[in-house]
Amino acid sequence: MTDTLSPALPQPPKASGGDGETGHLEELRVDPIGLMQRVRDECGDVGEFRLADKEVVLLTGAEANEVFFRATDDELDQAAAYPFMTPVFGEGVVFDASPEERRKALHNQSLRDKFMRGHAATITREIERMLAAWDDEGTIDLLDFTAELFIYTSTACLIGDKFREELDAHVAELFHDLERGTDAIAFVDPYADIESFRRRDAARAELVEIIEGIMARRRAAGPPIDGDERDLVDVLMSITNPDGSDYFSADTITGMFISMMFAGHHTTSTTASWLIIELIRHPEVMAKVVAEMDALAEAGGGVVTYQDLREVPWLESSIKETLRLHPPLILLLRLVVEAFDVGGYHVDAGKLVGASISVSNRLEGAFDRPDEFDPSRYIDPRQDDLDNPWNWIPFGAGRHRCVGAAFALMQLKTIFTVLLRDWELTPAQPPDTYRNDLTKMVVQLAQPCAVHYKRRDRSTSTEGVA
Amino acid sequence: MGFRIVVDRDLCQGHGTCEGEAPDLFEVGKDKQVEVLDEHPGDDQRKAAELAVKYCPTHALSIIDEA
Ligand code: HEM
Ligand code: SF4
Repeated sequence: MTDTLSPALPQPPKASGGDGETGHLEELRVDPIGLMQRVRDECGDVGEFRLADKEVVLLTGAEANEVFFRATDDELDQAAAYPFMTPVFGEGVVFDASPEERRKALHNQSLRDKFMRGHAATITREIERMLAAWDDEGTIDLLDFTAELFIYTSTACLIGDKFREELDAHVAELFHDLERGTDAIAFVDPYADIESFRRRDAARAELVEIIEGIMARRRAAGPPIDGDERDLVDVLMSITNPDGSDYFSADTITGMFISMMFAGHHTTSTTASWLIIELIRHPEVMAKVVAEMDALAEAGGGVVTYQDLREVPWLESSIKETLRLHPPLILLLRLVVEAFDVGGYHVDAGKLVGASISVSNRLEGAFDRPDEFDPSRYIDPRQDDLDNPWNWIPFGAGRHRCVGAAFALMQLKTIFTVLLRDWELTPAQPPDTYRNDLTKMVVQLAQPCAVHYKRRDRSTSTEGVA
Repeated sequence: MGFRIVVDRDLCQGHGTCEGEAPDLFEVGKDKQVEVLDEHPGDDQRKAAELAVKYCPTHALSIIDEA
């Protein structure tokens, strides 16, 4: 990154507005995508806005994004760039691990290829349990439904079945409060006295109590005899100080679990919700996806295997297209540790630098009719994702690319295979009224987001064919 | 016509997806980047190599055709 450094290059152009003390902070808090699009329209690939006393250099487009994603942590530091996460994970919770080590730990423990088959079975079981509570016909709230589902799937897969069994829908609500506690005001003061931060702190405190309760029950029951029954809680509880007391407090364990689950929860649940919305908005695509599921079920005699999930082009393409249009992470940030040049401008150390996923994913010129939902972009021979490695970036790219991407795709495919097999979904509100709540750094569906479900008429379908 | 496999070391995260797709061509140790076992594979490995390129999550692999 540094070999072409020339301080003689000009500073990045500044976006209009943001003249007050806090700069563009208010605009980021109400309309982040509008702000980012405006920076691009006014300034091009490299443009600057301001959050209080922090300048943020916003990059869009393949060339600038590649510089961002290729940088090492010594050049652009990821850990320092997300101040709104510290109170969520918990301050004072000392991790012995850097984000890099945490990523590796997650990767090695539970996200390696060889665990995927087992996870697929766990996820099938979890979605079937949720669907078992449905009547023949009814209405669900997408946010509530997917938030709860993915609490169960991610805890079961990442922490263990035993732990998952101790959770209920209330934990999903607490997690939701954590996710909503990511107001951009954290760039000025992560502990500002505002409602969403108070709820965030109360939710975290209650999660610690819940974990304390779980630990107390385990302590009373004694360690599990059968090693296979151990989950991550048992493992962490088995580590003690020389005097026999717990090495990890409930507070620390809670922080660890939140940090393991956070990156995968709202992202996957928001994607599942938007996938449902896009499919019910586009019945012709829904029909193709359902036909694909039915064909698989027919070929397998009613059983869809993990291997089959590789061969579902319309479902997979619909997921990709949903991720392109509704990326759950809209802005990635880094702290500039080493000054660098990009797109003819010089970026000083100490600034923040951002890559705008939502703008790049819809870049005119890179994608044909960029605002249109069109899964055929990824149907052979087209491959708009692979052809645009630095603009098609819902999972980021390069060094910090999402380690959970394969897991997330497998989860979504598994869930939709089960869901669409037996259920027909239709909008329960005008289809153009579904929208995101963009007022927090963690983007989520705005309520109401109701969807109608009805058990499919299976007389023409294939279940039970041997 | 033969081909060659190139790894972009800036990008490989050691996921091992490539190894799953083409075990004869790639090996990925725990916490390591990919090792290409056969830089100039025969054409019978072409399909497997293409799948590895396609599914490598970080786009770290590419195939270069050689005359
Ligand atoms: C549809 C679902 C998902 C989307 C769209 C998504 C998106 C992303 C993006 C854009 C990044 C890059 C962040 C950056 O560069 O600053 C990222 C990183 C990460 N994701 Fe995901 N993610 C998803 C699911 C998951 C899941 C299910 C897990 C874990 C089980 C996960 C774990 C992580 C971790 C640990 C990182 C940090 C990687 C690093 O910094 O090296 N994600 N994700
Ligand atoms: S799949 Fe890609 S990132 Fe993973 S080990 Fe192979 S080359 Fe590296």
